[in-house]
Amino acid sequence: MKIPYYPGCSLKTSAKNLEVSALAAAEKLGIEMVEMPRWNCCGTVFSLTSDDLMHHVASVRNLVRVQEMSENGSVDTTNKMVTLCSMCFNTMKSAAKRVRENAEDLVKINSFMDTEPDYNGNVQVLHLLEIIRDMGFDKVSAKVTRPLEGLKIAPYYGCMLIRPKEIGIDDPEDPTIGAQLFKALGAEIVDNPFKKVCCGAYHTVHNKDTVIELAHDILTHAQEEGGEAISTSCPLCAFNLDNRQKEIKEKYLKFKEMPVFYFSQLMTLAFGLGEDACMFEANYVDPRPLLKSKNLL
Amino acid sequence: MEDKKDIMQIIADANKSVTTGIDSADIEHWVWIHIMGRAYQVPAGLTIMQAMEYAGYKFITSAGCRAGFCGACATMYRKEGEYKLQTAMACQTRVEDGMFLVQIPFAPAQEATYDITKEPYAASTLLEHYPEIARCVACNTCTKACPQDLEVMDYIQDALRGDYKKVAERSFDCIQCGLCAVRCPAEITQFNVGMLARRMYGRYGMTEPEYAKARLTELDQGKYDKEFKKLLAADVEELKKRYAAREREAD
Ligand code: SF4
Ligand code: SF4
Ligand code: FES
Repeated sequence: MKIPYYPGCSLKTSAKNLEVSALAAAEKLGIEMVEMPRWNCCGTVFSLTSDDLMHHVASVRNLVRVQEMSENGSVDTTNKMVTLCSMCFNTMKSAAKRVRENAEDLVKINSFMDTEPDYNGNVQVLHLLEIIRDMGFDKVSAKVTRPLEGLKIAPYYGCMLIRPKEIGIDDPEDPTIGAQLFKALGAEIVDNPFKKVCCGAYHTVHNKDTVIELAHDILTHAQEEGGEAISTSCPLCAFNLDNRQKEIKEKYLKFKEMPVFYFSQLMTLAFGLGEDACMFEANYVDPRPLLKSKNLL
Repeated sequence: MEDKKDIMQIIADANKSVTTGIDSADIEHWVWIHIMGRAYQVPAGLTIMQAMEYAGYKFITSAGCRAGFCGACATMYRKEGEYKLQTAMACQTRVEDGMFLVQIPFAPAQEATYDITKEPYAASTLLEHYPEIARCVACNTCTKACPQDLEVMDYIQDALRGDYKKVAERSFDCIQCGLCAVRCPAEITQFNVGMLARRMYGRYGMTEPEYAKARLTELDQGKYDKEFKKLLAADVEELKKRYAAREREAD
C-alpha cells in the first residue's frame, strides 16, 4: 500500500522519534507512507464554532493535496491519507467530516481557496493504528523477531484518538487497539483505569499545575497496576506524560520515573529494526535501562 | 566645486519623471485611472509610478530603485468591475484602464531584536521571536499578494516546523515590500520571519564554500594590494577612463 502521509509540525521538531519509528515500522508491514510534497499545519485545534470556517481552511487545503496525489498516481490508494499524531488526525478528520456533511461550507471554502482545485469532499483521514488493525494483528506478529517478553505496558489513549465517537478509531469507553497491538508484539498488557483521562493538553503552557496533577494520576495508576511503561500516539500527550515528569518529581518526592513510548517505537523494537529506527535517545525518560533489564536491547 | 555641480545635476536628472517634457498632443493612446479616488487620464504604457508622476504626484517616499529591487513602491489596486484586490510594485507594473490605485509606502511591523551569535539553531527560535506564526490559518493570502511570486504561505509553514533551509530558499527573493504582512489575517510579518531564518541559515546551516575560503586567503596574502594602491593613486580622469573600459557582464 502506498498512501499519502501527513506528518504535521510536531513530528518534524519535538517528536522526530514518532515519525522515524513509525515510518520504519510501517514499511516493514508493507505500508509505504509517502510524505505529501506540500503541506501546512492542520490548525491544531478543531474549531467547534459553527460560523468559524476560516480555521478549517488549513485542513481542507491538506485534503486537496491528498486528492491531487490520488489523481496524479504518486500513490496507489484513492482519496486516503494517513497521520501519526493523534491531534492532527482528529483535527483533519473532523474538518473532512464537516465539509463532507455541510455542502454549503464546502462551497464556501472552495470559493475562498480560489487558487486551488476544488476539494471533492471525499478524502478519508486515517490513523496508522487503524490501518494496522484493519490489516490484522496477525500480520504484525508475523514480523516480530524480538518479542517484547516480560515488558509490562500500560497503553494510554488520551482524547484525540478516541473522542468524539464519530471521529475516534476505537470504543471511546473501552479502547483496546493499543493493547491488541502490544500483545501482538509479545508484551504483557496492564490495564490502566486512567488510560482515557485527558493529559491536560495545552494547559501545559499556561496552567502547568493542572497538567502535573493529571499526568501524575495517569502515571501512578499505571504503576499501581504493575505497568513499567506507558504508550501513546500523541506528541502532546508524550510531552505532558514524559517531559513533565521532571516537575512531577519535584512536587511528589516519592514519584518514580517511568518511560513513555510511542506505539511505533515498540514496533520497531519488536521488529528488530535497530536502535536508529527506535530513536529512544529522544525520549525524556530514557527507556533503555528498562529495556536492557528485560534483555530487549 | 565644478565636479560637485555635475553630480547634483546627474542626480536631479535621474530623478526626473520620464514623462517630463512630453507634449500630450503627441500621445495617441490614453487610459483612465483613479489615484486615491480621483480620476486621471494618462498615457498608456506607463508604469503605475510614471503614471502617478504624470498626474502630478511627487514621490517623496514610496520610491527607491525604480527597478523592482528595493521594495519601496508597493501598490494596491482594484480594476473596474472586478472584486479582487490586487497588489504590485508601482515601478514594475503598467497602468491599465480602470485601475483604482493607492500606494502603500510603509508596512508597520515589529522586528525582533536578537544577537544572532547567541540564538540556538533550533526550531523553537523562530517561534520564540515571532510566536504569531502559529496563528497562520493557511489562507494563502500572502502568497497571492506577493509581487515577487514567492510561496509566502509555504515559507511561513516551513518556519513553523523549523525548516530553516526551506524558509531561506523560498524567501530568498523577498524585497520586503510588506504587502504580505498588510494582507495577513493572522497579523504575521512574513518578511521579518524570512529574514531571521535566512540569517540563521546563513550562519549555522550553510557550509562555507571552498572557493570563498580560498579567495579570502588570497586577499589576506595581499594578492590585490598592488592593484588597489594603483587605483587609490589614480586621478579622476584616469578612473573615468578605466570605468568606461571596464569588463562587465551583458545587461
Ligand atoms: S514575501 Fe512579502 S515582503 Fe517579501 S516580496 Fe513577497 S509580499 Fe513583499
Ligand atoms: S496570509 Fe497570514 S494566515 Fe494567511 S497563509 Fe499567509 S501567513 Fe498564514
Ligand atoms: S522603486 Fe524599488 S522596487 Fe519599485
